[in-house]
Amino acid sequence: METTLDIFVKAIFSENMIFAYFLGMCSYLAVSKTVKTAVGLGAAVIFVLLVTVPVNYLLENYLLKEGALAWIDPNNQALADMDLSFLSFIMFIAVVASIVQLVEMLVEKFAPALYGALGIFLPLIAVNCSILGAALFMSERQYSTIGDATAFAVGSGIGWFIAIVAIAAIREKVRYSNVPAPLRGLGITFILTGLMGIAFMSFMGIDYKSEKKDDAKVVTSQLAPNNNTNTNKLPE
Amino acid sequence: MSEVAKTKEPKEPLFSKKNKQLVTDPLTDNNPITIQVLGICSALAITVQVKQAVVMSISVMFVLILGNMIISMLRNLIPSRIRIIVQLVVVASLVIIVDQLLAAFMPDVSEQLSVFVGLIITNCIIMGRFEAFAMANKPWPSIMDGFGNALGYAWILVLVAVVRELLGSGSLYGYKIFGSAIPGEEWGLYTMGYANNNMMILPPMALIVVGIIIWVQRSRNKALIEEH
Repeated sequence: METTLDIFVKAIFSENMIFAYFLGMCSYLAVSKTVKTAVGLGAAVIFVLLVTVPVNYLLENYLLKEGALAWIDPNNQALADMDLSFLSFIMFIAVVASIVQLVEMLVEKFAPALYGALGIFLPLIAVNCSILGAALFMSERQYSTIGDATAFAVGSGIGWFIAIVAIAAIREKVRYSNVPAPLRGLGITFILTGLMGIAFMSFMGIDYKSEKKDDAKVVTSQLAPNNNTNTNKLPE
Repeated sequence: MSEVAKTKEPKEPLFSKKNKQLVTDPLTDNNPITIQVLGICSALAITVQVKQAVVMSISVMFVLILGNMIISMLRNLIPSRIRIIVQLVVVASLVIIVDQLLAAFMPDVSEQLSVFVGLIITNCIIMGRFEAFAMANKPWPSIMDGFGNALGYAWILVLVAVVRELLGSGSLYGYKIFGSAIPGEEWGLYTMGYANNNMMILPPMALIVVGIIIWVQRSRNKALIEEH
């Protein structure tokens, strides 16, 4: 079983939203011209993910999933059989859009300084693929607790933050380089992101407990033939 | 038909030059992916195989044409403050239809596309076209605009998928082009020592292939070159 920490680290590095799934590319390309705005958007994404994914998790598990409505009345067979999962797209996007709106109003009222920094980015985020993508991945991967889902959300947010700040820093430097004219701007950003993605793929070698490689199994069984194969720790 | 036309204002023919331009412009000089930079999110992740790319393009085309039409018909009724939510609800409903159809008739493709069908909702092309075109134009031009942009999206998607599947898996639409690499029963190019470029299957290569397409396109049309 994956631990919460595994899920968190995996979401930042080996399953990075930008480099492994290309989610949120539109705003990633549009708002990465300077590091300052990139930091603002990245922080807003972490924040919105932190709020929306747990809400969508509860919605998924107590309303939409097959049998999720059974908590209303355990004896009612009709409720236990109900499967509303076809509604999940519209529910998720409605939650995301309304929470973003709500967060925007709350931040404006109670934290004007933060609003100054994040404000203009918040409306952009409602249609950022990474927010809806995180909700859909959360629903597809069936995290067992809300803690795991939150760890995944924060991890994805941090991964996205790292990606956009890194590309913004590179783009600031690239401005002084002699890039071939037709590649300037968009083209070189694509290629840079591709190269960064290849670098990030090296994190795929991290051996998470649930994704034990075959050769690791062989080593374990050779070293400790009596060891239960379900325990993943190598004998000391 | 002609009598109706006489009583009204001089009516624009269905396929007038302007309407045709709505379709042809997004194919090259105003391409949604390479020039407007919209819809990259879902475009790149599903270009490993041509089949996925084709299914994805058809889904986006369906959603974009119908969505543009609906938004354009509702454009005078939508209060501008809540237009984003209205647009999202229209797209989400259309995407649910697509998702259910795919799950029913093409379960294997639906499985491979997984969350990316749902992500059509936040595909920037769709919201972008709603905002930029359908909110300000009549239904018929909006349909043409939706068709053109979906086609512009589709051809880049399929081109990237062709490059990646051909070089990465040696096949096109699932058909083996270069022969078979199964050990023991190789045929075709593989008997001569040809090997697939496994790098092409990795996600980052999609970005690099799109980058090269942008490079080629902008060196052919100098007007598109950016300052920085």
